[in-house]
Amino acid sequence: MAAGTVTKPSSRTAASHARARRRRNPLGVFGALSHIALAIWAILIIGPILWTFLASFKTNTEIFGDALALPASYGWDAWGRAWEKAHIGQYMLNTVFVVACSTAGTMLLGSMAAYVLARYSFPGNRAIYFLFVSGMTFPVFLALVPLFFVVKNLGLIDTHLGVILVYIAYSLPFTVFFLSAFFKTLPTSVAEAAMMDGCSHTRTFFQIMMPMAKPGLISITIFNILGQWNQYLLPIVLLSGNVEDKWLITQGVANISTSAGYEADWPGLFAALSMAIIPVMIIYIVFQRQIQSGLTTGAVK
Amino acid sequence: MRHDKHPLKAGTPGGRRPLAAGAPGGGHPLLARVRNSKYPFIVGFLIVPVALYAVFVISPYIQAFQIALTNWKGISATPQYIGLENFTRLFEDEVFWAAVRHHGVLLLVVPLATIAIALFFSFLLNLSGGQKGAGMTGIWGSKFYRVIFFLPQVLAVAIVGVLFQAIYRPDETGVINSLLARVGVEPIGWLIDPDLALWAIMGVMVWQAVGFYVVLFSAGMSSIPKDVFEAAALDGAGRLTLFFRITLPLLWDTMQVAWVYLGIAAFDAFALVQVLSVDRGGPDNATTVLPLEIWRTAFNFSKFGYASAMGVALFFMTITFAALTLRVTRRERIEF
Repeated sequence: MAAGTVTKPSSRTAASHARARRRRNPLGVFGALSHIALAIWAILIIGPILWTFLASFKTNTEIFGDALALPASYGWDAWGRAWEKAHIGQYMLNTVFVVACSTAGTMLLGSMAAYVLARYSFPGNRAIYFLFVSGMTFPVFLALVPLFFVVKNLGLIDTHLGVILVYIAYSLPFTVFFLSAFFKTLPTSVAEAAMMDGCSHTRTFFQIMMPMAKPGLISITIFNILGQWNQYLLPIVLLSGNVEDKWLITQGVANISTSAGYEADWPGLFAALSMAIIPVMIIYIVFQRQIQSGLTTGAVK
Repeated sequence: MRHDKHPLKAGTPGGRRPLAAGAPGGGHPLLARVRNSKYPFIVGFLIVPVALYAVFVISPYIQAFQIALTNWKGISATPQYIGLENFTRLFEDEVFWAAVRHHGVLLLVVPLATIAIALFFSFLLNLSGGQKGAGMTGIWGSKFYRVIFFLPQVLAVAIVGVLFQAIYRPDETGVINSLLARVGVEPIGWLIDPDLALWAIMGVMVWQAVGFYVVLFSAGMSSIPKDVFEAAALDGAGRLTLFFRITLPLLWDTMQVAWVYLGIAAFDAFALVQVLSVDRGGPDNATTVLPLEIWRTAFNFSKFGYASAMGVALFFMTITFAALTLRVTRRERIEF
């Protein structure tokens, strides 16, 4: 059979057609069962999220009525209330500001450190590299109490600057680890040619190496945006004072859920949840290929 | 140094550049580096990230071990060293042991369930599309499923926790209970029954994690060369034989990574338990975990010394787990 397929392409297609015909039946049953299993899991994933979106259009009575009924009417009242009264708009803007600053800082500082550690040999290089990498294995809860006091003593507790600096510091280990592996894979010849032409180290980095490292930088940027956007522990510790106007989105939504019982604005809660989910979902759908490969190659390396 | 500050001028003055360019073969990079002293550059690039990292990451980790030996309570109080007293108290603390037991259950159930489900789905997605030629192909629509399955991974755990409060609500208005009511099952108190609550929370952990491992295992499966499958298929191996005798052994490294990742996640679970469980770790400490106790002890009760001692205990448990897993599961690497 193998010889036949190599010599005569036409007979190969004929053979595979014949095989397909022979196998259609068992494959059909197996394929159908596979699709059922996969579809069930897909529904389990989509169901709760879709239910949340729908619940944001319901009234309080509808939410506590039949859980599977559709909302009677579709209005944006609850969304408006969540945005204004429950300050979701404020939390969202705070989070956008904090995450934009901290991701930019993480990428700049992380790639600088990773580049130097990956491409230059100097005494202490390995020590600094392992110092960074070891940060990936320690549970952040160990550092929680001292971290709070370090930030407090610097006068940065309950400020966005404090959160930004802490986000950058805790994102560095993985960023440095991932990017230094990436910089090592880039060819050395281009950088050498640039240096030959009199390009300084700094300029070589910003104008030659950064553009070359673009795929790696994009993956890790998305990784950091998602990780920092979704952070919950650090905001509730670092913005724990009486500073509700500075809260971040996860903190804000979790707080609404504890106080929803008293204020009894359940549609508002679900609208707030939807608003927290939608931006992440948009980023995910646009960049899903990079996100999947970025997150999983990070895990394997 | 001068050249670093004036990148545009660097190398333009006569004499040096022709010398470097004229040097033969392997001499170029060396000459280039000597000319453009690298140390100011290295220090300039490293100083800010290393300083930030030292202040906010390294120093808190070191201080934690120190604080764990004190009886520091309250922000104004001065800490006194009390040796290992925090730890002896910890070992008599029932809540601590409850939390440790819960980590044990999480450590056993969450990785096993997640890996089993993820393996099953990645097998269906990648290898069940029948054999075109001799290679294995993915099932129709596998890209779509992969996108959906991965989705929970990008949602914040805290958000997922709030979302599942409504799903798990104990009366008929909860989503699951209203589904069950259709087939005549009485409402189940998912989160208020102490025997069920931890399982309900683990269900959410698995729900969120599976997609990530489906993508991870799929990447592993697609890196297995096609001719391995071809050879086995020619020898008459069926779909299941292919899976258990070829795919699974060749995925071992990836599964080890998965186990370590899921295990480390089992030592966390903070956001989910804090947001989703009744009374933060309840009912009656039935779902509490160490990170939650650390947070509560420190920031609700201001017992900073005791909280740090818990942190140290958590640290040693995590490190032991990671080291043990890597040691026990170590095998000959199969190169392909």
